[in-house]
Amino acid sequence: MSDQDRIFAQTVVDEVEERPRTLLRDVWSQFTAHRGAMAGLAVFLVIVLGVSFGPFIHTIDPTYSDFRARNQGMSLAHPMGTDNLGRDMFAQVLQGGRVSLLVGVTAMAIAMFFGTLVGVLAGYFRRLDGILMRVTDLFLALPILPLLLVIIMLFRDTLRKAFGPEAGIFLLIVFIIGITSWMQTARIVRGDVLALKEREFVLAARSIGTPAHRIILRHVLPNVLSPIMVSATLGIATAIITESALSFLGLGFPSDFPTWGRLLFDGANFMTLTPSRVIWPGLMLSLTVLSVNYVGDGLRDALDPHIRGR
Amino acid sequence: MSEMAPIKPLVEVRDLTMHFDIHAGILRRKVGAVKAVDGLSFDIMEGETLGLVGESGCGKSTTGRAILRLYDPTAGSVRIGGVDVASLGSADLRRARPQMQMIFQDPQASLNPRMTVGSIIAEPLREHSDMDRAARDVRVRELMDAVGLNRAFASRYPHEFSGGQRQRIGIARALALNPRFIVCDEPIAALDVSIQAQVVNLLEDLQRDLGLTYLFISHDLSMVRHLANRVAVMYLGKIVELAPRDALYSDPRHPYTEALLSAVPVADPVVEATRQQIILQGDVPSPANPPKGCNFCTRCPKVMPVCHEVSPVFVEHMPGRFAACHLIDEEKDASVLRENKNDNVQQGETQ
Repeated sequence: MSDQDRIFAQTVVDEVEERPRTLLRDVWSQFTAHRGAMAGLAVFLVIVLGVSFGPFIHTIDPTYSDFRARNQGMSLAHPMGTDNLGRDMFAQVLQGGRVSLLVGVTAMAIAMFFGTLVGVLAGYFRRLDGILMRVTDLFLALPILPLLLVIIMLFRDTLRKAFGPEAGIFLLIVFIIGITSWMQTARIVRGDVLALKEREFVLAARSIGTPAHRIILRHVLPNVLSPIMVSATLGIATAIITESALSFLGLGFPSDFPTWGRLLFDGANFMTLTPSRVIWPGLMLSLTVLSVNYVGDGLRDALDPHIRGR
Repeated sequence: MSEMAPIKPLVEVRDLTMHFDIHAGILRRKVGAVKAVDGLSFDIMEGETLGLVGESGCGKSTTGRAILRLYDPTAGSVRIGGVDVASLGSADLRRARPQMQMIFQDPQASLNPRMTVGSIIAEPLREHSDMDRAARDVRVRELMDAVGLNRAFASRYPHEFSGGQRQRIGIARALALNPRFIVCDEPIAALDVSIQAQVVNLLEDLQRDLGLTYLFISHDLSMVRHLANRVAVMYLGKIVELAPRDALYSDPRHPYTEALLSAVPVADPVVEATRQQIILQGDVPSPANPPKGCNFCTRCPKVMPVCHEVSPVFVEHMPGRFAACHLIDEEKDASVLRENKNDNVQQGETQ
């Protein structure tokens, strides 16, 4: 009885507030209910705000060498210590965070775009499937490191001339990471699209006469959002780490241009002398990856109406 | 109900054939074809319900989908309202879509879980009308009333509804564009028995009010008996018998129809106690490799040598009654002979 009353009350409430719920508000209210996602969002925002506005508060130039203060531990003047050239680690971590985050997010966006595009086209259009999947296999089979070497040798100088040394190398790195990490996403998305395509609601849309591109946008893409989300959150982490590997090989940003990966690799040799040189960049990197994963997790749940209802 | 005698055919299906190619080997060469639908010809009259029955895998759903051009038929023509849907180009096909719609078997799977009920029902309107948002909302509310859904539920998601309610959403979507012809692909198979009746009654009411024509695909013979004006029985991709409902149920002419009908339980215990069930032996042959001659010859209780050799022709053996069976040809021959004999006897008597 009480159940019935509740349903009745619910119906009355629904009829009173006839104004339909908006999708955005639903998603937001579910997102805020996910504690991990909120914590992740908070941490991520702190990191983003920190690297954006930190350098205006902690005004030491990250490239300034103070030879009297080499290899120092943590102090008030240098909250994260200094490196072997007397450069302030905190300033470097803040500066490096800007680049690392930007590289991570942009490269992930490129990879997601290509991965989703290839995956959806291959899954939905049978004619394109063979050729697109062979291209994907080709990219997977390519030895990445020699490829990177060749691309960087070929394009570094032209891009530097066109966009300036930092913007040029940024574009190059983002592009390289983007085009070498879309394949996993493409495969996952293709598989999901193949399954979705046979679902009756897609058939229903075809019987209505919805053209293919709108079926993809309206019915297929929203339903493959979850795997894309997961790949995207993992992709940010991978992109940041790949960038650091590139920088380590001397193929990335110039050596006086700090990024988290670069700081980590530079600090690795001095780990016993000044452990803070690896702890701080490593911690920032891990926190970013972790918080992005949690945000992605929460976002995925919030976008799924099945979970949202609960 | 069946005596209203609608005359003009709305849907004319001729030699509809739907083969799915089988590819194998490294070169993906074509090695055969699943003959899901093999040369169907029938009409559906304006305003009638044609029941299409048969066991699982006999090609019922494929027929429905091929008629609506959800598959590209291998051969044959489907004229709906005079337009051959099977050969239309994509732009013309899109324009022809509003007059033919489909209600799906699984109401869970046929609704996009990420769309609200309102936007699901509004999708046909977005595709085929230039209504603005407000006009669409009004129409969606109308449709929800028509199928008996609370109009306050428009912003909810499909998973928040019961099976019967979901099927109503599917029906509302099919009705949105005022179609003339609706293919109901086992619309009640996935529903609870108590809900089945509700949905069937709703379909009947809508047919009466809107003058709809149904192709009602089902394996539930009693439900088809309740709903259909004429019934077609399918076996292994072919129609074996097509007849007005009462004629088919009281006097089945094809052995397969007899066997099917004998399996239906009767609500009267006295009759039920004496019901003779014809149990067919063996399994349905693979539609990729149907037997030579009649498709049913491997399981037919009345099989004759000719059945293994010659495929029977689907003929109108009595006005309005079609069947494909050698028995009927034989009967015809026999009756012709009998008539001749009678003539002789009469002649003899007079002499």
